[in-house]
Amino acid sequence: MILAIDTSLGTTVAVVDRATGAILSQADSEGTRGHAEVIGTLIEGALEGAGATPLDIEAVAAGMGPGPFTGLRIGIAAARAFAVGRGIPVVPVVSHDAPALEAIERGEGAPTITTDARRREHAVSAYAGVDADGIPVRTTEPHLEQACDGGGLTERISAGSLGRVAARMLAAGRIPELDEPLYLRAPDAKLPGAPKRVSA
Amino acid sequence: MSEPLILGIETSCDETGVGIVRGRTLLANTIASSMDEHARYGGVVPEVAARAHLEALQPTLEKAVADAGIELADLDGIAVTSGPGLAGALMVGVGAAKALALSLGKPLYAVNHLVGHVSADMLTDGVEPLELPTVALLVSGGHTSLLLVRDIAGDVELLGETIDDAAGEAFDKVARVLGLPYPGGPQIDRAAEGGDPRAIRFPRGLTRASDREKHRFDFSFSGLKTSVARWVEQREAAGEEIPRADVAASFREAVVDVLVTKALDACAEYGVPRLLLGGGVIANRRLRDVARERGAAQGVEVRIPPLDLCTDNGAMIAGLAAELVARGHAPSTLGFGADSTLPVTDIQVAERT
Ligand SMILES: [Zn+2]
Repeated sequence: MILAIDTSLGTTVAVVDRATGAILSQADSEGTRGHAEVIGTLIEGALEGAGATPLDIEAVAAGMGPGPFTGLRIGIAAARAFAVGRGIPVVPVVSHDAPALEAIERGEGAPTITTDARRREHAVSAYAGVDADGIPVRTTEPHLEQACDGGGLTERISAGSLGRVAARMLAAGRIPELDEPLYLRAPDAKLPGAPKRVSA
Repeated sequence: MSEPLILGIETSCDETGVGIVRGRTLLANTIASSMDEHARYGGVVPEVAARAHLEALQPTLEKAVADAGIELADLDGIAVTSGPGLAGALMVGVGAAKALALSLGKPLYAVNHLVGHVSADMLTDGVEPLELPTVALLVSGGHTSLLLVRDIAGDVELLGETIDDAAGEAFDKVARVLGLPYPGGPQIDRAAEGGDPRAIRFPRGLTRASDREKHRFDFSFSGLKTSVARWVEQREAAGEEIPRADVAASFREAVVDVLVTKALDACAEYGVPRLLLGGGVIANRRLRDVARERGAAQGVEVRIPPLDLCTDNGAMIAGLAAELVARGHAPSTLGFGADSTLPVTDIQVAERT
């Protein structure tokens, strides 16, 4: 079984059957804050929902974003720590791959996935179906665009779908080399100038 | 269970610390620091620190387990800092600790960073165990706090803390005024060599008689920093050479003087002949020397753990949890978060009832 965790938008955890790709359970919290508070309970809930123990988990899928900084990290940290605890691999998955797979299965040939990146910007990725292994093919890597009206925002990522993508990657022996979260922004930090004068 | 085997995770500031203890025996104290990444910004940048924690987390965990020569399955519990500290940085540790505890089926203990500093002393081999009550002075770039510790697992009181900058920040800012790089502590120390600590009388914050009622045990360093900057600017404006060694030595003396004076005043006020030092600024030799000297003169025993237990580390977090386990505390529930302003009275967070 695969434990899948994504905190790029809300907090979502799922257990997915590795062989069939079936979503055995999913536990979500939709708020875009409080990821650190809910992550433990959701992992616990997803395991229980699947009737699984940690010993049943063979790999952990980690949603790598794009997503706002603070929340995104919590899921990746949890995924990595769970994997260390069990001595199993982490499968890093671009979070947009999850809604892309859903859209492709709904019949959209070339979906564009857009999520809120805050500060009036959107994170955007474009896809063109799935490849022979059933893995969504990205034609445009995740990047930021100025937010424009017109809707089409993906509001939720499903850890179940993320886990399904990971199952296909594992089956194909294609684990992405993706160590860095997709923050898409440099840290907010100004280089200091000369010290400010304090005398009048 | 008399000697619990605990792994502690600490990510409250710029050190990713994972420590492993068996009761009061230190087995591993593995630390990855992002200090170098902050150097060009002249201070800790929260987002840079948080990113570095995530990067360092897995390798630091694995190294600590290897260093300790244990199996994760043998652990009796996982401990993690819930606060105080930088929120985004803390959350990395909180998320990791919850998932690690769940994956291993082990109890989780969410604890207080500042009280963790006090428990660092208990992990020191070959010295008499820390006697309580004790006054504790915890000084770093993130905090400057004076505590009265009657029971490490149940009774810790905040006597005072900084009302503006932490002492470590004051070192960083004054280093910049003197054109020295970050981190300021060791730079100021080097610059102060051969300087006269009495050359310039810089102000001692919150030490006036009028401060005594409200701020007897509180600290303030922002006025001191401004005073040093003004002094330097005035000399520069007059076209005079800046006596850097004297400025550095006099500034450092002002910080050390106010820290030690207030800590020993607390010892006298509460009739406690013990003072424990902790936090990264304790690396400052002048602070250690003055504390020992003036402590001895006042009949106060000054305790200083080894430096790698003074700076932020995971072993102290594990050590505090081991104390809680030994006293029969229940584990924390899974619902806690990061609390950047967690009060010292909350030694453990979200204990299951
Ligand atoms: Zn500290």
